[in-house]
Amino acid sequence: MQCCVCKEKPATVHLTQIVGDKMQKLDLCEECAKAKCVNDPTSFAMADLMLGLGASQELESASAGVESKCPRCGFSQADFKKSGRLGCPECYRTFAEGLSGLLKSMHKGTRHVGKAPEALRQSRDNVDRLKALQKKLSKAIEDENYEAAAALRDEIRMLGNTPAKTR
Amino acid sequence: MKDIHAFLCSPADSTHRHGPHDRIVMSSRVRLARNLREFSFPGWAKKPERVKVLDTVMPAVSALPEMADSFAEALDSLTVLDKQLLVERHLISREHAAKNVGSGLVVNRMETFSVMINEEDHLRMQALRPGFQTREAWQAIDKLDSTLEKKLNFAFDNELGYLTACPTNLGTGIRVSAMLHLPGLVLSEQINPIIQSVNKLGLAVRGLYGEGTEALGNVFQVSNQMTLGESENVIVERLEKVLSQIIEHEENARQTLLEKKPKVVFNHIGRAYGILANAHSISSKETMNLLSFLRLGVDMELFPGTERSLVDELFLTTQPAHLQKRISDKLSAEERDLIRADMVRERLKNVNRPVIKPAGGAATAN
Repeated sequence: MQCCVCKEKPATVHLTQIVGDKMQKLDLCEECAKAKCVNDPTSFAMADLMLGLGASQELESASAGVESKCPRCGFSQADFKKSGRLGCPECYRTFAEGLSGLLKSMHKGTRHVGKAPEALRQSRDNVDRLKALQKKLSKAIEDENYEAAAALRDEIRMLGNTPAKTR
Repeated sequence: MKDIHAFLCSPADSTHRHGPHDRIVMSSRVRLARNLREFSFPGWAKKPERVKVLDTVMPAVSALPEMADSFAEALDSLTVLDKQLLVERHLISREHAAKNVGSGLVVNRMETFSVMINEEDHLRMQALRPGFQTREAWQAIDKLDSTLEKKLNFAFDNELGYLTACPTNLGTGIRVSAMLHLPGLVLSEQINPIIQSVNKLGLAVRGLYGEGTEALGNVFQVSNQMTLGESENVIVERLEKVLSQIIEHEENARQTLLEKKPKVVFNHIGRAYGILANAHSISSKETMNLLSFLRLGVDMELFPGTERSLVDELFLTTQPAHLQKRISDKLSAEERDLIRADMVRERLKNVNRPVIKPAGGAATAN
């Protein structure tokens, strides 16, 4: 098959696009494909294939079209769209907003339950306790129960000062 | 360098390992995905970074007590054939077999532990057990992981758990799976509804070599898909429950087939025996599909004196890489088919034709 642009070289890149009820086909040689910027036919979102349709859009729309990159590894949303995988552990923070919807649709929950590295297990428990105490504190303040609030405040302060040793 | 084929137990030995319910559950495995905090994931890391991860992880894994007697090698020093052999043994994934510089493997001689380094994640560690032993496999890999975390700084987030290259593995990073031989459900055409209902429970059903592969020889892999928001124990328990039900369905299907359609069953088994014991050229795919019925025949006691391990051994040794490793890697596919047929005929020489007992006088009139 010949390239439909230069009509000289054999076509190696084949594109099919459906717009409305019309199907368009393009058969290009490698050079013409590059010239037309279709050199990467896989850029049509591996993420969608792997993670379900709409996965790549979800990440994009959450960042409102701003092209953001992971400050640590330079990974971008476009890269995620291509591969369906992230660049480094830090990416989970960089793309946190876009990922949260994705995680909700793919997992049982969005918060990890289960094993944690021994070294982090205590601080993890502390974070949980801290969160619970802060919730109680705002409730106490709301209820104007200042006595309880003061006690809770002290408890929070204690926990904050000795992050790894309580318990 | 050690030769992987010489290092591992021979299929004749490894197929003699037994486990509960192993007439249906061929093996159980639990894999954990882990990554090092300070490095990019393998798919994004440049070569020097991947090599650095390999150089950090490989010695740490090799030093584990579970890996006292182990084979540790970088993938670029293994041949294509060696890698294929490891895939056939289910010790590495097909994805890992395609890797080269910067990826590695540590596997112990008993084939109960295998750690892939720089596959999709920095570490993919798995425990394998014969038969239905998903819980034992989880406990074993949990222990290995706990030892390893003292030496390696795993990427972990309080909210999201263990951080993985693909969001589908986030949280626990666990995949619990079992390989099931389900000829009864296939013959009675119940397999599709079963697969559908298993899917509805959030579990995946795949073919012999995992993702995107055919269910050759009526072998299916069932595994969890969700990894975040549930503890490892809950995931293991759910899989155990579902597996028990599948086992029950398969046993019932076999029983019902024998009662209602004995001729169909005996026909499949008899033909499988006929071809395997007499063919002079046979592909690996046909061999696997026929061995499945031979295995069913052994389970139904139609081949007195023949052990299931003989079938399981052939299931492994007739696959392309095992065959080439034994004879020569210069064989064409056609030559392999001839040698495979010779090998199967030879191994079945002392196996007699299936003995068909009249099943309670019911549907066995000639």
